[in-house]
Amino acid sequence: MTVTSDREATRLSTAPEPVAPAPARRQSFLAPWRRAWRQLTSMRTALLLLFLLALASVPGSFLPQRGLNPVAVKQYFAEHSTLAPVLDRVYAFDVFAAPWFAAVYLLLFVSLVGCLSSRLRLHAKALTTAPPAVPRVLSRMPSAERWETDAEAGAVLEQVRTVLRRGRWRVVVRSDGGHEDADALSAEKGYLRESGNLLFHISLVVLLVGIAMGGLLGFQGTVLVKEGDGFANTVLAYDDIKPGRRFDPSRLVPFSFELDDFQATYGDDGKALTFLAQIRYAAGPADGQRPYALRVNHPLVVDGAKTYLLGHGYAPKVLVVDREGNELSQTVACLPQGPTFLSTCTIKVPDAAGEQLAFEGVFTPTTVQDPVNGQVASVYPAPENPALTVLGYRGDLGIDDGRAASVYNLEDRTRLTPIGDGRTPQKLSPGQTWDLPGGGSLTFVETTEWATFQVTQDPGKVVALVAGIGMVVGLCLSLSVRRRRVWLRLSPAGADRPPGRTVVEIAGLARTNSEAFAGEFARLVDRVRSTAPPRTPSEEPA
Amino acid sequence: MSDLALAGLSDSLLFGAVLLYTLAMLGFAGEQASRRSHRVSAAAGERSSARESAAARTRMMAGAGGPALAAPAATPPPPPAQRAPSRAGAIGLALTGIGAVVHVGSVITRGFAAHRVPWGNMYEFSSAVALCAVVIFLVLVAGRRADRALGAFVMVPVVLYLGLAGTVLYTAAGPLVPALDSYWIKIHVFAAVLSSGAFLLSGMVALLYLLRCRHDAQVAAGRTPRFPLSMGSALPAAPALDRVTYGVIAFAFPIWTFAIIAGAIWAEAAWGRYWGWDPKETWSFITWVLYAGYLHARATAGWKGTKAAWIAVAAAGALIVDYYVVNIFVVGFHSYA
Ligand code: HEM
Repeated sequence: MTVTSDREATRLSTAPEPVAPAPARRQSFLAPWRRAWRQLTSMRTALLLLFLLALASVPGSFLPQRGLNPVAVKQYFAEHSTLAPVLDRVYAFDVFAAPWFAAVYLLLFVSLVGCLSSRLRLHAKALTTAPPAVPRVLSRMPSAERWETDAEAGAVLEQVRTVLRRGRWRVVVRSDGGHEDADALSAEKGYLRESGNLLFHISLVVLLVGIAMGGLLGFQGTVLVKEGDGFANTVLAYDDIKPGRRFDPSRLVPFSFELDDFQATYGDDGKALTFLAQIRYAAGPADGQRPYALRVNHPLVVDGAKTYLLGHGYAPKVLVVDREGNELSQTVACLPQGPTFLSTCTIKVPDAAGEQLAFEGVFTPTTVQDPVNGQVASVYPAPENPALTVLGYRGDLGIDDGRAASVYNLEDRTRLTPIGDGRTPQKLSPGQTWDLPGGGSLTFVETTEWATFQVTQDPGKVVALVAGIGMVVGLCLSLSVRRRRVWLRLSPAGADRPPGRTVVEIAGLARTNSEAFAGEFARLVDRVRSTAPPRTPSEEPA
Repeated sequence: MSDLALAGLSDSLLFGAVLLYTLAMLGFAGEQASRRSHRVSAAAGERSSARESAAARTRMMAGAGGPALAAPAATPPPPPAQRAPSRAGAIGLALTGIGAVVHVGSVITRGFAAHRVPWGNMYEFSSAVALCAVVIFLVLVAGRRADRALGAFVMVPVVLYLGLAGTVLYTAAGPLVPALDSYWIKIHVFAAVLSSGAFLLSGMVALLYLLRCRHDAQVAAGRTPRFPLSMGSALPAAPALDRVTYGVIAFAFPIWTFAIIAGAIWAEAAWGRYWGWDPKETWSFITWVLYAGYLHARATAGWKGTKAAWIAVAAAGALIVDYYVVNIFVVGFHSYA
């Protein structure tokens, strides 16, 4: 056969060949497109796109990102008022959602799919056809041996074939086209390398599909629940919700739960050791309630909706008595301001008879008070010595006109007047009551806690996981299996040689790890030598 | 033994390991020096061996489908220039082995002192990564896949790493924050430690490959390489260094991939999303993409050899950014240490 068959024989990879420069003659109008496509699906382009992808990710790690930390982005804007808007225009705060980032990875995946289609075809062909013909000049191969023997060619061939078959090589015996009267054999092993490699690359595409499914069909919501309160999974029940672009609210799993108890434990240094939310949940409206211990790393899973413990804080329970003696009890979620859980609290009492009441201040779980200026602080996150320290107001809260109002601060103070001097806050321990000047009272009843939960539904998650497994399996195969070929040719020695003399030529070729192959090849040569003992060319029979 | 005493023992053992590694480094360096002086007297042989390795590379390319040049492989290559027998090298290797055993002791006692896996903060992490690099190096030497002479260079980043770990990053033994308290940490972080150790090693060997290639080029051009290129003469031939780099990366890349996926599973269990482009995740991704680039480069015409080696060095750099720059300077979910 021709030289092309030798090149075919030495090709052990389905990698696309380097793009050849276009010939100068006139071509059909499709030709430039075809050339561009070949260029895009070439190894070199894939490599450059990989570098671009790595490079494009870098700013996303050094600049604050909206998706991750919107507060930090605001702060950046405040600190760099001229630079930030410019950066924002090029999506520097949304790098991973930026069109230019998408362009890089989409191009890479187009390249990948294009490359995969031809590689799949080549590999399918390799799997279904016999190993390639014996190259004409075996001595050119990286591993090659040649000797003469008196053994009978047919028997040697048969024996070698058996040995190779036993070693799970794919073997084909053929009479060799290029050499008259030659017996020959081609064998190949390690197809799993290419299969693994293709599995890996296909899994990459599947991974992208999984990620896209999550982005389109998934959703994420967070909700704050106080001890004793409940939550039912509806869009309106969330404090914050981030639905995917194609998310259908009717797909929300109709579960509900009640938070019975939240517990956190801390080390001596105030670092959190464990968190536990003891809940009772019902999987659907018709289901009974079951208890569940929700911890970090142990989300509640109901039909693909996962509920995670996200954060926690204190919710002092207070009793307000108005001028007419009505008892108005409420539990207020306070917002923690630091690791010792000094938390800001706002208590609004719109239903107080006569004038509305409001209180503002801090909750401190382990309270210390400065003896000089009377300021309170917290020194430990657990409620060892809790106190509620507040200022009070009377008047009109400005929330009766139906506008949405924050429960966490007093937005409109214009029609509120301070109770007392308006400067000296009242510090209350559990059970203590503040008798308000002008009538009524505020009692700090007890300390309870709240927890925030994040609920996610991501139908692409399973797809991504399967892809991840495919990637690892594919890589292990691709990087550990060696693809290799051996050829054996037994041809009659020339007319000048003793009669019955046969020339044995054996050669091998491996992709990667040629050292390991060298050993394997040497052992194979030894086997062949033992069935076809060498004779030196000068050795004439007596 | 009390936890405190155990933690103290762990610290002393680490100190001992650093000492042993440093001595080992000196032993290897001694061997290098004696080889180099041998080589200078055989400069002519050196030049022919550089040409020989160039011929070998041509043959490899032919095997990979390039134009089949007539390079008769039948003649056996001339024996490599005589290696100076050196007791210093053998002592270096023995010290490395003992150092590794002492180092294992340090890691294990640390685990017992803290009642958990000994890779929960940056100090423990760096120590474990360095240990993996040393163990992989020893395995390669034992399997005759790497020359022990590499030890003189491999021990440099190891000692630096441990020195940094024992001083700047040192953290007293203690429990983990709740988000880290999961069995995924054992799996995820172990895979990350193992592959990082390997990547660190491969980065060093890739640098040595680049050094050797420069050295060979100068020798082939008839010049006498000066320091630091002159160190190249004591190194294994360039193709051998290239093979070690590739082999170690091929071993580590699937493990790194697995580490990232295990991390995603853990993040999903702890935070409700499997990927969030947190800075740590981003740099793990960048590192991963660069190593994928390295593996691609080795299969791309025009990118094999030194270009691929530079990618391996850059990827190891990204790994270091991932651990040190991100942990110390960038705030994210992972800033636990
Ligand atoms: C999406 C990004 C990609 C990643 C992360 C990636 C990753 C990898 C990795 C890790 C290997 C190493 C396996 C080995 O050495 O045998 C590999 C090999 C390979 N990749 Fe990719 N790849 C990507 C895209 C592509 C694209 C777009 C192409 C098409 C041009 C491609 C073609 C190949 C080929 C042909 C090989 C085998 C190389 C060989 O024969 O040694 N890959 N890829």
